[in-house]
Amino acid sequence: MHFSHRLKTLSGLLLTALVPATAAASDLGEKLAQQGNDSGAVACVTCHGADGGGNGPAGWPRLAGMNADYLAKQLDDLASEERENATMYPIASGLSAEERQAVAEYYADMTPPEEAPGTDASETMMERGQAIAENGLWRKGVPSCVACHGPGGHGVGADFPALSGQHSGYIANQIKAWQDGSRHNDPNELMASVADRLTENEIKAVAAWFAAQPARPSAE
Amino acid sequence: MKTTNQHNPRRHTALALALAATLLVPTAALAQQDETLTEQVELEEAPEAGEEGYFDYPGMDELPDGEFGEAVRSGMEAFVNTRQHPEARRHVGNGQNCANCHLGGGMAANSAPVWGAWGIYPKYRGKNDHVNTMDERIRGCFTYSMNAKGSEAGAPPEPDSQLLKDMQSFMFWAAQGAPVGENLPGRGYRSVPEPEDGYSISRGESIYEAQCAICHAEDGSGKFTADGEQIFPPLWGEKAYNWGAGMHRINTAAGFIKYNMPLGKANPVEKHAALSDQEAWDVSAYINSHERPQDPRWEGDKATTAEKWHTHKCLYNHEAHGHTLGEGTE
Repeated sequence: MHFSHRLKTLSGLLLTALVPATAAASDLGEKLAQQGNDSGAVACVTCHGADGGGNGPAGWPRLAGMNADYLAKQLDDLASEERENATMYPIASGLSAEERQAVAEYYADMTPPEEAPGTDASETMMERGQAIAENGLWRKGVPSCVACHGPGGHGVGADFPALSGQHSGYIANQIKAWQDGSRHNDPNELMASVADRLTENEIKAVAAWFAAQPARPSAE
Repeated sequence: MKTTNQHNPRRHTALALALAATLLVPTAALAQQDETLTEQVELEEAPEAGEEGYFDYPGMDELPDGEFGEAVRSGMEAFVNTRQHPEARRHVGNGQNCANCHLGGGMAANSAPVWGAWGIYPKYRGKNDHVNTMDERIRGCFTYSMNAKGSEAGAPPEPDSQLLKDMQSFMFWAAQGAPVGENLPGRGYRSVPEPEDGYSISRGESIYEAQCAICHAEDGSGKFTADGEQIFPPLWGEKAYNWGAGMHRINTAAGFIKYNMPLGKANPVEKHAALSDQEAWDVSAYINSHERPQDPRWEGDKATTAEKWHTHKCLYNHEAHGHTLGEGTE
């Protein structure tokens, strides 16, 4: 039919127009992830793994399936030292703005590992963690994690990263970094305010619970 | 105070609401029949907490068993996940949950906790000249804050319905051990005195963009997941509280905002504020200078509705952003 023919032509044209550009960006992202570049950026896979799942014991976070704009902002902040990290600074600053965007999109598009990292936390600790994550600690005015990080802690847009499927050690380290002020690139000091009110044990519990929840692919 | 066994169950909601387009009852007639359509009176400010702190509400591990326990659980679910509860959601005509304005699942001090409200009803209210029960008060919340007119049921829950029994069971349980008839510290919101030089909608806009838009969106529509689950509540527009809700008053919203927002930055329990009084009033005015669902007490035109029902601190029938507010979003 005339109509379907036109549709085919249209979609054909769209494909021709769009494929080269996106393919180029994802090629660049993949190349950087696998091989790094000549300006000081080592391959991401070296530490974050071939599946983008990170490395729990080493403290390297999961990147696969994280929000693209969140990842790009972190790379920008690491490059400008707005987010201070001795390991990531030479890598992030060795990437151009375009390369940071490309590698962020590459990891956002990657399906996160099916299996959650998990922890060796006790059942009591996990229950405590779940209660904090889902209900908060309102007797001292701490809102639930999912109130901002979204249902299940799967993340909300560029500002509230996914916590599900993240390594417990990494989550705990970040909360402590907000407490001591060494991480301070959160929007409107929202995370710093909450982190300040958590005890060591509460941090451990909530980090353990999120590490046991499987990640979801990035929605955006 | 206890620090374990926090309250406030999950705020998960799932189903998007089907708006009942069929229910177009003439609202003026409804207004005369429905006793929930009343003027809301200002209550006396709650006293400051003494050394003993706020009322020590029960923890989740203290939930009772049996039929009463079931009622408490159902009522709690209706309160926290109003848009998901099988019965409550039929009466929600917008994108709100009760716990959006009563933080901590209705337990946080200075965030209008249910344990503070329970013991002050039944209560004579001069404005409608009769004794109001909690049953009637909750129906009022559905009528205005949840815009029941636009819901599947088209009206608030029936008096003494199972839903209202459940919600009152939850409140009664939350308030167990609290004195009856007392204005408890932490009840309601703190009142924030109106600044000497009044408020400014345009200053409020800048504050909104810096402090609120990240969650509630530039256009006040909030944030929802792809399957319609609420993440952050809408503040204006068709999915927000309507022109009859207490929150449309600038002083009331300023009182809520002052010690509750931005979430996590302010702390109602510690009475810690992120915004100054002036900022709370300015941003409250900005939020409430936008259209929202019509006042269900609609008297046929804005001027008459304003004269009869809006003689308080609000922007209904006032000029803002180039038009006269009070058109509604229907």
